[in-house]
Amino acid sequence: DHAKSSSHCKNGSPGIKRVLGWRAAVGAAWAVLLLPPCAAAFVVLSSADLCRPLRWVSDSFNDLYTSYTIFCILLMSVVILVISIFNVEFYTVAPSIPCSRLALIGKIIHPQQVIHSVVHAIMGMLVAWCAAVITKGRFQFLALPCTASESLDAVVSYVCLNEYHLFFLLFGAFVGYSYSLLYLVNNMNYLPFPVIQQYKYLRFRRSLPQLVKHSCVESLYLVRNFCIAYYFFGKCCDIILFLHKIHPLDNLAGLLDLSLFYHTWLCGVFLLIPWYIAWLLFKIYATEAYHFPVQPTFAEETDQCLPKILSSNPPLIIKFLALQDLMLLSQYSPVRRQEVFSLSQPGGHPHNWTAISRECLNLLSDLTQKLIIHQEAAATNGRIKQPSPGEINKSLNFPEEMAFQAHRSNVLPRTHMPSLVKSLSPLKTSTASDLGSSFGSPFTSPALNRKPGILDLNSPWHGSVQSPHIMRRGPKLWTSSSDLQTNGSYPSSFPMVSVARVGHEAEQPSFMYTWLQNKQEQIRSFLSKRVLVMYFFSKNPEASIQAVFSDAQMHIWALEGLSHLVAASFTEDQFGVVQTTLPAILNTLLTLQEVVDKHFKLPHVSSKPPRISGSLVDTSYKTLRFGLRASLRTAIYRITTTFGEHLNAVQVSTEHKKRLQQFLEFKE
Amino acid sequence: MCSLALFPPPPLLGDVTLYEGNNALVSGRVLETLPLPFQSQLADLPTLTIPKETLKAHSRLEHSTKPAFIHHRESLWKRCINAWRDVGVCGVLSEITSAEEEVLQWVKTGSRYALAVCHWVSSLHGSLFPHLSLTSEDMIAEFSQAVDWAGCSIRAFAWHPHTSKFAVALLDDSIRVYNTNSATVPTLKHRLQRNVASMAWKPLCASILAVACQSCVLVWHLDPTSLSTRPSSGCAQVLSHPGHSPVTSLAWAPSGGMLLSASPVDTAMLVWDVSTENCVQLQWFGGGGVTHLAWSPDGSKVLAATPSAVFRVWEAQMWTCERWPTIKGRCQTGCWSPDGSRLLFTVLGESVIYSLSFSEYKGEMQGQVGGPKTASIVADLSETTFETVYGEERIGGEVHSMVWDPSGERLAVIIRGNPGSRTVIAVFRTRNSPVFELLPCGFVQGEQGAQPQLIAFHPCFKKGALLTVCWSTGRISHIPFFFVGAQFPCFSPSHSPMASLSRSSTRVREQPLFSEL
Repeated sequence: DHAKSSSHCKNGSPGIKRVLGWRAAVGAAWAVLLLPPCAAAFVVLSSADLCRPLRWVSDSFNDLYTSYTIFCILLMSVVILVISIFNVEFYTVAPSIPCSRLALIGKIIHPQQVIHSVVHAIMGMLVAWCAAVITKGRFQFLALPCTASESLDAVVSYVCLNEYHLFFLLFGAFVGYSYSLLYLVNNMNYLPFPVIQQYKYLRFRRSLPQLVKHSCVESLYLVRNFCIAYYFFGKCCDIILFLHKIHPLDNLAGLLDLSLFYHTWLCGVFLLIPWYIAWLLFKIYATEAYHFPVQPTFAEETDQCLPKILSSNPPLIIKFLALQDLMLLSQYSPVRRQEVFSLSQPGGHPHNWTAISRECLNLLSDLTQKLIIHQEAAATNGRIKQPSPGEINKSLNFPEEMAFQAHRSNVLPRTHMPSLVKSLSPLKTSTASDLGSSFGSPFTSPALNRKPGILDLNSPWHGSVQSPHIMRRGPKLWTSSSDLQTNGSYPSSFPMVSVARVGHEAEQPSFMYTWLQNKQEQIRSFLSKRVLVMYFFSKNPEASIQAVFSDAQMHIWALEGLSHLVAASFTEDQFGVVQTTLPAILNTLLTLQEVVDKHFKLPHVSSKPPRISGSLVDTSYKTLRFGLRASLRTAIYRITTTFGEHLNAVQVSTEHKKRLQQFLEFKE
Repeated sequence: MCSLALFPPPPLLGDVTLYEGNNALVSGRVLETLPLPFQSQLADLPTLTIPKETLKAHSRLEHSTKPAFIHHRESLWKRCINAWRDVGVCGVLSEITSAEEEVLQWVKTGSRYALAVCHWVSSLHGSLFPHLSLTSEDMIAEFSQAVDWAGCSIRAFAWHPHTSKFAVALLDDSIRVYNTNSATVPTLKHRLQRNVASMAWKPLCASILAVACQSCVLVWHLDPTSLSTRPSSGCAQVLSHPGHSPVTSLAWAPSGGMLLSASPVDTAMLVWDVSTENCVQLQWFGGGGVTHLAWSPDGSKVLAATPSAVFRVWEAQMWTCERWPTIKGRCQTGCWSPDGSRLLFTVLGESVIYSLSFSEYKGEMQGQVGGPKTASIVADLSETTFETVYGEERIGGEVHSMVWDPSGERLAVIIRGNPGSRTVIAVFRTRNSPVFELLPCGFVQGEQGAQPQLIAFHPCFKKGALLTVCWSTGRISHIPFFFVGAQFPCFSPSHSPMASLSRSSTRVREQPLFSEL
């Protein structure tokens, strides 16, 4: 996902990319370095012998230095490197949340994910082989010479299958596959940025006990599941393969072996812990704050400066890091704030501030737009207005005009809601394409990626135009795969399909078109009554809301950075560069606040964050919208408490003025 | 060094401290009103009395419906599961040990021995950290900033950081929110809101109140425009973490985002992102827990006191800490200067105020607290005898709590007397720059028989400082200190009420006082 978007990126910021590469490498190196201690612990625990503790200790120390063990550690280092490469390739800062069950299945069988699973299964098998070799005893070899007295006269020597070993190998593959599946389902590729800044070592130490506990518990569950699976599938395999086994394991007695259970569980733990460590270290290294210079010291550094990076369109991770750095500098560093407020040397323009504030405001108004579109869809309660074909043609001609207007419409005029919606529509249309490209989409096809027109269809611009065809949306049958593609971030899915068709029939819209529409509706209402279909297609409202806010961390930082800078400008801004943008900032914040408030009043929207269990898997993306609401309010209060009565002199619309007054009186 | 001997004698018995004007504390009869120019300043501040008798006692002691049902003996297996859920391993062991059923004899014996080992280990732990053997209610009473937490009707008090609004936690586990601009007094009650030890309003927010309860932290989201007097418990967010109870102290980040909570039982303090209910543990072993938190007003540092003779100062950007061992006892209370450069703290068992100065926070020195090597004593509060009309009066002793006014000009201290002397509030004049100075101002006295329970400064009083005192009688009174701040010398003189006052009690003090020079 990241690789894809970075290849799209025209503006190369090689310096930062190199830094990111280094970080991933260092993370992987640490994971490899932590492998020998894990292996040592495994050796000690696997040869546990409580009756003779002294012998246990001496034996395990001897085992540590055997060539077997060392070879296994080397092999596992390779495994860790492969896992790290997958971590790097698959990470995302804005998780893609499947909105329906079908979308989830689509994700699972997506080729990328299949490769991920297969490789992880193979890696799991390799680790299990290492574990078997280190454990020694009856687990060590796959094939054993066995003497079976089939006929009484001759002792025939066979090569028999050691099913213990096979059991281990299959268990390894099973754990590897489960890991990959859980990685997908739990969105473990999501990089959550930490709530507070801490040193890497402390972050690692804080998570380590949790990691160990999580691995132990998960391994327990996996052993149970695997035993059940083995019991049922073992029978079938026997018949097919005609294997000679020494100790058949696919019966109940064979599986109820405490030692086997213990060693399998330990093998699972030994497999999971280094993988989770690699994953954790990658997360810690990748989300570490990066210090972007505000002003270039040398000319060639210009591309790596904060304002430049914010205004260009870098890979999402770099944008996140830049915004995080903006938040940190605005809060903690007076010296760097001074650089933001400074004027350019020849010319005396506040380029830094202009670039930073413009980018933050763009982000926030994009979010406002996205929310309005989402609300429109939700407010019509599943009804969407179908534009007449003439409108489509018209709308397809619009983008240039809109792009032209977009430059001037950063500041949204404030009116009450419906007219606000209208006034917003001439905003930048590029939002939609930004949105689409930022989310990894398995089924992306170039045809579907033509979004400006599609967005327009959905946009309130057309909602305001009277149109005869009103469509009942019901459960969105055709949309699931395309939902996946747009990540469900706005309900453009149905119109997308119809646009393609409608576009062809633009010439003879009358009869054929309505007939098709009717048929389509009939089929849909027929299908929507089938329970199974509903099961797969029904959208989870919570998930689609989460998807809208999946990259809200960016907006939270933009809000914090902007509000801290504005608050600091009260005393630190010598040239008054912030004052010129203050009305725009207030307008954007208040408009967004209104839209967000409205969003939380929608049906299906829970007003409280779900309980987060303190587990290893981070689910903070599920609660980002609450964070956004809180930090938005705090940001406005930060500005109003700093400026106080002076805000009355700022040019804002009367509606916003009223709102500001409420904030000044602490009544919001 | 400043000492109590330099203080003016306490007000006459029966007099009540009314205000500070012209550089001296003025006292008078209770019914005496403030001089006219001052009245307009305080017109809307509610002075109220909440006597203990009016508070309804708990109707039921047991907070469960258990007594309402006929006792039913469950099977041992079920009881063990319940015990595991409620108490943990020890519960299961004691359940098995006390089982009357026919259990395998060796299981019973084994669990008895295991239980003994558990008890021994916990007693060992308890001997290292004696506070762990207290019940949670005693623990809160021990570490609370209120003088008599268990017996007084007011248990906690918090001013809103931006508006004239305060919350009072009462003995009956309810919280009342008083607002100068409205007559409605919301009363907050919640099933989990028991034994409130501390409260804090969220900064940069209209009405979010965090409450430290016995089992969790409750965050009330109150609608400032609502007229309801009884917000539903649905307005409260419950933040709980296993092993983190009772919570005795809370601190919001001055920038509004994060909430710190501390428990004397938990060695980690928790950083909550309240909106998303995420928490991060800040683990630092040693000390046995965290009892008191104070976030510096500039947001750069946090004081964390522990139940043993050590406290820590955390730096709030990278969250590293400096460890400060004290000689005699645990750190009882502490407060920060407005710019976060100076920490005043007191230690249990010593009647002095210590000061620590920190290098000014620049943000460039990530992960350094930047403290000095030793703390200096700035005030000696040991017992002193004052001659009054009614005879000798002895004042002085350990400091129980200490607050610094937001402008950094006044410091109020509750001095808990030894058995012979009484609990008083001493007020100092302070200055933090260019050099730190601590000058005596006077004693604040309440009605007869009233002992100070809690003190707090109004966060945004324009004409100087406003000290709110909760008395043991249940009275909450506000004592204004009118002065012109040194930091804002251009304070408009036309509004200053000083000129209209002529009292003979003013007298310029020229004793040697504490000064860093």
